[in-house]
Amino acid sequence: MSGGDRLDNVNPTLYETQGKRILTDADWDDSVVDPFDVREIFDLIREINDPEHPLTLEQLNVVTEEQIIVDDSKNKVEVMFTPTIPHCSMATLIGLAIRVKLLRSLPERFKVDVMIRPGTHASEVAVNKQLADKERVAAALENGHLLEVVNQCLDTQARGE
Amino acid sequence: VMKFSCETVLTGHTGRVWNCSWHPSGNVLATCGEDKTIRLWSKEGSSWVCKTVLTEGHTRTVRTVSWSPCGKYLASASFDGTVAVWDNKSGQFECGASLEGHENEVKCVVWSPGGEYLATCSRDKSVWLWDVDYDDDEYMCASVLHSHGQDVKRVAWHHEKNILASASYDNTVKMYKEDSDDWVCVATLSSHTSTVWDIAWDRKVDGEGDRIASCSEDTTVKVWQSFLPGNKEGIATPGKEPAWKCVSTISGHHPRAVYSLDWGLAGLVTGGGDDAIRVFREEGEEWVCVHTEQDSHGMDVNCVVWNPKNTDMLASCSDDETCKIWTLGE
Repeated sequence: MSGGDRLDNVNPTLYETQGKRILTDADWDDSVVDPFDVREIFDLIREINDPEHPLTLEQLNVVTEEQIIVDDSKNKVEVMFTPTIPHCSMATLIGLAIRVKLLRSLPERFKVDVMIRPGTHASEVAVNKQLADKERVAAALENGHLLEVVNQCLDTQARGE
Repeated sequence: VMKFSCETVLTGHTGRVWNCSWHPSGNVLATCGEDKTIRLWSKEGSSWVCKTVLTEGHTRTVRTVSWSPCGKYLASASFDGTVAVWDNKSGQFECGASLEGHENEVKCVVWSPGGEYLATCSRDKSVWLWDVDYDDDEYMCASVLHSHGQDVKRVAWHHEKNILASASYDNTVKMYKEDSDDWVCVATLSSHTSTVWDIAWDRKVDGEGDRIASCSEDTTVKVWQSFLPGNKEGIATPGKEPAWKCVSTISGHHPRAVYSLDWGLAGLVTGGGDDAIRVFREEGEEWVCVHTEQDSHGMDVNCVVWNPKNTDMLASCSDDETCKIWTLGE
């Protein structure tokens, strides 16, 4: 974590966001089996707050639909994310927030992998290894302070929208 | 053709069940998990029931449990940084000692084959050895080993000798033994390409060197053999210490991390992040998968362990909040 009020990335680039998903008649029809798709996963994580700006991961282009792979029949979800700068000290926290959001939202049958997009972070291998380690993730979430920080990232009301 | 029959599904834990350990008699199973409790299960008539719930010992996840060789003590390791030792001298199980010293999460605790030592390991990168004084229920730190560069996931004693192995997030397995008055690291086993989650010693000791199996986040299982000084294969040894070599790599079976393994008379059993349990047997030089139980649990399998008396009986536990008892048959 960065110390005090100093921001890692003082002036991040802002990107245009997707509108709401357009609903069709089939979305309201309970008899239609609706497999999880990329857009659905994206909608779960796009509004996660960046830990150091009052902006969403979507607004910072940290998460995009192109970086998500879903195979509903094989119970597989893979999310890659792109830190705004290659030395972002928040990368682990961002990955943890995405992982926690998906663990809380998706059915238990899903195997979720969250990792940094290759070539976009100086400590990519170390961060990915930590995010993949379920024991360390579980222990981290028993740390009250860290859990609070993760919950702030996941609190979509926090930006006052 | 081998098959697994599920004898029972043990429900009661809330949240992930991390570990299970058979009492030396094979009649009691201890389980522990995210709900900070330890449960003791035994057979009543033809069904397995939870006889005891131990709730007062830990303030965070209980990661592993281990019975002493005499069967009178149960040790538990927790993310709260402590190890508790339980006994039922008073007629019911109570926490008789709490071992403090690790800086953060304790990942594993195990008793030495003769019961005179406890070994523990932690995310603080250290392995601790404790002298056990059964008369006063006292546990004195005998050694702190800082051989690993990262989080130590598991410790395992040789079944007969006071040789300890440890597995780590640093991708290696290390071996320790007592040398005059202190414990020293005598070997480093490197070949896995990610975290080593678990290790299990071979139960057969034939005098030609020991063997240990390891499983990893890299999805493989490896079998290692020690070559004693003057071995007939002509493998150079470091001084009087044996040389450890990886003699088999079992890959292409578990598509995700392999979290647990145990080496029993019925074979090597493995469980992992693909929800499957597999049994491997040695046929000549080859390890052959003789059974795969797909979807053995509804989520990751965290622990698989053979019953010490009934060699075809197996316990497993999972993120799906359950523990299962299986029998391997033809």
